[in-house]
Amino acid sequence: MDTLAIQILNSIFYAAVLFLISAGLSLIYGVMRIVNLAHGTFYALGAYVSAWAVGSVFGAAAGGSWVLAGQLALLPIGALAIAAVGAVIEPTLLRPLYRRPEEYVLLITFGLLMILEDVMKLLFGGTPLSAGSIMDSMGSISIGRLLYPTYNLVVIGVGILAAIGLWGFVYRTRFGVMLRATSQDRRMASALGINVGRVYVQAFAIGCFMAGLGGAVVVPAQAAVLGMGVDALILAFVVIVIGGLGSLEGALVGALIVSFVRTAGIQFFAEVELAVLYLIAAAVLLIRPTGLFGRA
Amino acid sequence: MPAARTGPSPKLLLAVAVPAVLVLALLPTVIGLYQTELLIYGLTFAIAALGFNLLLGYTGLLSFGHSAYFGMGAYTVAFIVRDLHVQSMELCILGGLLSTLLISALFGYVCVRHTRIFFGILTLALSQVLWSLAFKFFWVTGGTDGIRVPRSSVTLLAGLLDFKGAGAYSRFVYAYYYYVLIVFLIAVAVMWVIVHSPFGKALQAIRDNETRASFVGIRVRRYRWIAFVISASFTGLAGALWVPLNGLTTPEILYWPFSGELVFMTVLGGFRTFSGPIVGAIAFNYLKVYAVASSQYWQLVLGCVLVVLVMVLPTGIVGTIGRFVAQMRRP
Repeated sequence: MDTLAIQILNSIFYAAVLFLISAGLSLIYGVMRIVNLAHGTFYALGAYVSAWAVGSVFGAAAGGSWVLAGQLALLPIGALAIAAVGAVIEPTLLRPLYRRPEEYVLLITFGLLMILEDVMKLLFGGTPLSAGSIMDSMGSISIGRLLYPTYNLVVIGVGILAAIGLWGFVYRTRFGVMLRATSQDRRMASALGINVGRVYVQAFAIGCFMAGLGGAVVVPAQAAVLGMGVDALILAFVVIVIGGLGSLEGALVGALIVSFVRTAGIQFFAEVELAVLYLIAAAVLLIRPTGLFGRA
Repeated sequence: MPAARTGPSPKLLLAVAVPAVLVLALLPTVIGLYQTELLIYGLTFAIAALGFNLLLGYTGLLSFGHSAYFGMGAYTVAFIVRDLHVQSMELCILGGLLSTLLISALFGYVCVRHTRIFFGILTLALSQVLWSLAFKFFWVTGGTDGIRVPRSSVTLLAGLLDFKGAGAYSRFVYAYYYYVLIVFLIAVAVMWVIVHSPFGKALQAIRDNETRASFVGIRVRRYRWIAFVISASFTGLAGALWVPLNGLTTPEILYWPFSGELVFMTVLGGFRTFSGPIVGAIAFNYLKVYAVASSQYWQLVLGCVLVVLVMVLPTGIVGTIGRFVAQMRRP
């Protein structure tokens, strides 16, 4: 029973991180119709930047509660840094390509992926970078006879807050209306006086921010390693394919489905765990190409 | 780009093709062992990219899962050599082609139901199924260690040439070069016939306007499916040829970034031309080898090349040269 509770918590923890990554990917696709192959790499970069910021200010050792508060306050730096990177990349690299066939945009994001993977290696070296001291100093709570790290609950909280925040942002603010208008009909939105270029840059930056935030919250629990972005991207793809490309609700439900299937998979059918996820994605694309929540 | 549609005149074609074949045939006598080996890699990738471009350039479908077919060809050869103890490379290639044909007929049947980005994601998802199986079933596939296929375990031309004993390495490289070159020339000829046949014209019609193509009676989905299977088979053939050369097959060639490299090669050469993927694959191979040799940040180099290419030279090497030639001819 306790084990089950832990497994469920683990799934939700994993779903929270996956939601942060895929919501950004889905937002960018929904507004700009861009499949960003570098998105997973943004997530990894966010993890590296946060771990580096925490490590270089506070060192690796666990400290008192003030130190912990400082460390937690430093974590979002990764997300902000990635948002800034996104705000630079969109106008310089992506904007000149919107008039060309979509293959070119896809290719340029693949080029970005290669560049950023090596930039990470260049800046942070080949050794894993961790902010594990946060996890250590937050201790753990007991669930029945078992212990569960408190920090994971924080991540779940961040995931829930991000979901609510993003939902409110997209559906309850003026900017959200502009975002949705641009997503539905770019020319019409432009004709009605919306500065589409600015909406694009903001949407891309927000998407990148979400990816960076995913990396920032995960790094105290799992060290940042080279290659984590490439793995994460494919899972995020599975999530948004299941949920529906461009849908936020879909990203949430997709993230939950993927992480529960994955947890169950690791427990019961470890060999085909990943294959099952990809097959689910392929099946959804076949039966309902717009995903569970997508529009045509 | 109307250049791809009209096609060069037969005279011009011969004027380019004959010297190119002669140069390829004579090169190993000049460039030495290592360069010859690099060129074999280039030629195998050229076959893969040639097949890939039947989908991208001629049918207008961007597959992001062609690593699956390259890997299928490679792993089939490895299984045949390891488990069936077959030595003849011809049988291995046949096996590799057959298995790629089967898997691509299955995957293709599913994938051609969509176009554009959905097609890309679907091919990607399915290729990752194969990758994860190769990765996880380590008692069958060796996991990340892969399967070794030493060159001493294969023979060419039905056992006429084997590679055991002293000097086997250089004998292998030179013999295998001409072996791959001949397969490559056959593949190019077959592809040339395909894209200039009524079938190939129909594919281009589908690429340019799907609705009109279906109005003139082309069965769009079936044509796409056939194109998919042919395209994948070429890539599978390349995978089969690649294994004895590399001596090892690992899940890396099934992982999706390798699919990205195939796209890279094709765009580097230019996907609107017949020869683009060939030139692109050979050039990419040199580029990657020298980038890896000169810097540990080779991905950075390749990524920058790709970004510059897409921004400045979207028609690729062949397309750009073609434009230059056209400009020079104009009085």
